[in-house]
Amino acid sequence: MRKIKEFVIVKLIQVCGLASIFFVALIFLFLLKEGLSVFKTVSPFDFSFGKNWYPISEPAQLGILPLISGSLLVTLGAAVISIPIGVGCAVYIAEIAPLKIKEILKAGIELLAAIPSVVLGFIGMITLVPLVKNIFHLPTGLTALSGSIMLAFMAMPTIVSIAEDALYSVPKTYKEGALALGATHWQAIWRVMLPAASSGILAAVMLGIGRVIGETMAVMMITGNAAVMPNSILVPVRTLTATIAAEMGEAVVGSEHYFALFAIGIILFIISFAINVTADLFLQKRQQ
Amino acid sequence: MPKITTKNLNLWYGGFHALKGVNSDFEVNKITAIIGPSGCGKSTLLRVFNRMNDLIEGVRMSGEVLIDDANILDSRADLVALRKKVGMVFQRPNPFPLSVYENIVFGEKIHGRGSSGDKLDEIVEKSLKDVLLWDELKDRLNHPALMLSLEQRQRLCIARLIAVRPDVLLMDEPCSALDPQATARVEELMRELKNKYTIIIVTHNMQQAARVSDDTGFMLLGELIEFGKTDIIFTAPEDKRTEDYITGRYG
Repeated sequence: MRKIKEFVIVKLIQVCGLASIFFVALIFLFLLKEGLSVFKTVSPFDFSFGKNWYPISEPAQLGILPLISGSLLVTLGAAVISIPIGVGCAVYIAEIAPLKIKEILKAGIELLAAIPSVVLGFIGMITLVPLVKNIFHLPTGLTALSGSIMLAFMAMPTIVSIAEDALYSVPKTYKEGALALGATHWQAIWRVMLPAASSGILAAVMLGIGRVIGETMAVMMITGNAAVMPNSILVPVRTLTATIAAEMGEAVVGSEHYFALFAIGIILFIISFAINVTADLFLQKRQQ
Repeated sequence: MPKITTKNLNLWYGGFHALKGVNSDFEVNKITAIIGPSGCGKSTLLRVFNRMNDLIEGVRMSGEVLIDDANILDSRADLVALRKKVGMVFQRPNPFPLSVYENIVFGEKIHGRGSSGDKLDEIVEKSLKDVLLWDELKDRLNHPALMLSLEQRQRLCIARLIAVRPDVLLMDEPCSALDPQATARVEELMRELKNKYTIIIVTHNMQQAARVSDDTGFMLLGELIEFGKTDIIFTAPEDKRTEDYITGRYG
């Protein structure tokens, strides 16, 4: 009797364990099945590098280069803002801050991670968008820059917590060794601690970027959603994610447009997957 | 004149009285061993000399520690300059996760001596020769230091220290992670280095103290019980507690 019970429990746990992989496989298969259909009418090259996205004109033009550019531009902007601030914050928490401030900061960072993206988008729309408009004298503040700034807030918690963890796990003996040679605290951080934690910090950055590139709601609310090739960071752009979210409701099921949106999904999936695998590689390297 | 003098040195970790009124003199070009059972304060004493204890929160010190006649416990003491002069080798070899070359030029770089490539190469060669590693490593200068054996790492740490050109070498159980042969070689190295430096070694290995040191101090429960010529400490100690320790009655 005890054996049967044991057997059933083990099997149940096994099913739970395998379920996640099973669902990922199902999702990917579904994406492929729906998305690949678009290539019956558009070549993969024209799809990826076409400069015009007019999905409902006759004939439809399905080039997603403007969307890819929009995503990359917003992500790049967010990375440029969030990496130095995030890593700096991690260094401060791990190395410099007194215990009390450290606790407060860590709680604050967690709180930042807990803000729903729609709320961030809303706040950005009310405060940041007019600010960007006025500072740069633009016709509209709904720009890639606004999206980048808001997304930087979303990437920061990931970057800070993982980078702080990486710094924290650098052996204390490295720091002692540097100080014993007459290094200042900053020299010990810059020349020894940061290089020693570099793979963990790179993983932190990759995961932060992964979060940004998959983000939808906030960018849709504040980047202006113009599917044109951006020529600066101060123009409205539309990201891959926002395109799917905005158009899925109006695309006719089974139409070319519908399939194209799934194909965009495949591309997003591949990008996220690549970023996560890279982050994983860095993390593994760190453990060695 | 002694290189280092401590006068009525006391140290507390919070409420714990770890060093109690230590008076001692450390001579130039001699190896002084500090022995005693675990927790007697010997590492703490060593870490006073380069103020490494300052990294621990809640440390308080009183008394005087004179190095070249300057009191290093003075609140205005320049810790960076002190640690340049008083270098330390740790219990576990702790080379940085950089190349062999970068480990050795680390001190040169942080002290902004602005040496050029040739000068740096020269320093690397000289330092590695001083610790008898040059022949083994001259073709592997760009290899990561963490690939080396434990003994090589410890020698590298000594080389890295020598490159800073200190006066005093503090060694905190430098052989405890090494096997007997490697230990013998590091001890040999210490004997060679003593002509240029003041060396203070903390060890729980009495034979090692007897083999390498000129002077020995015996510590117990934060007190320096006895301090003098190694020969005398090991053959005719004055204090009963020293005798009990070196004959292995406790510790």
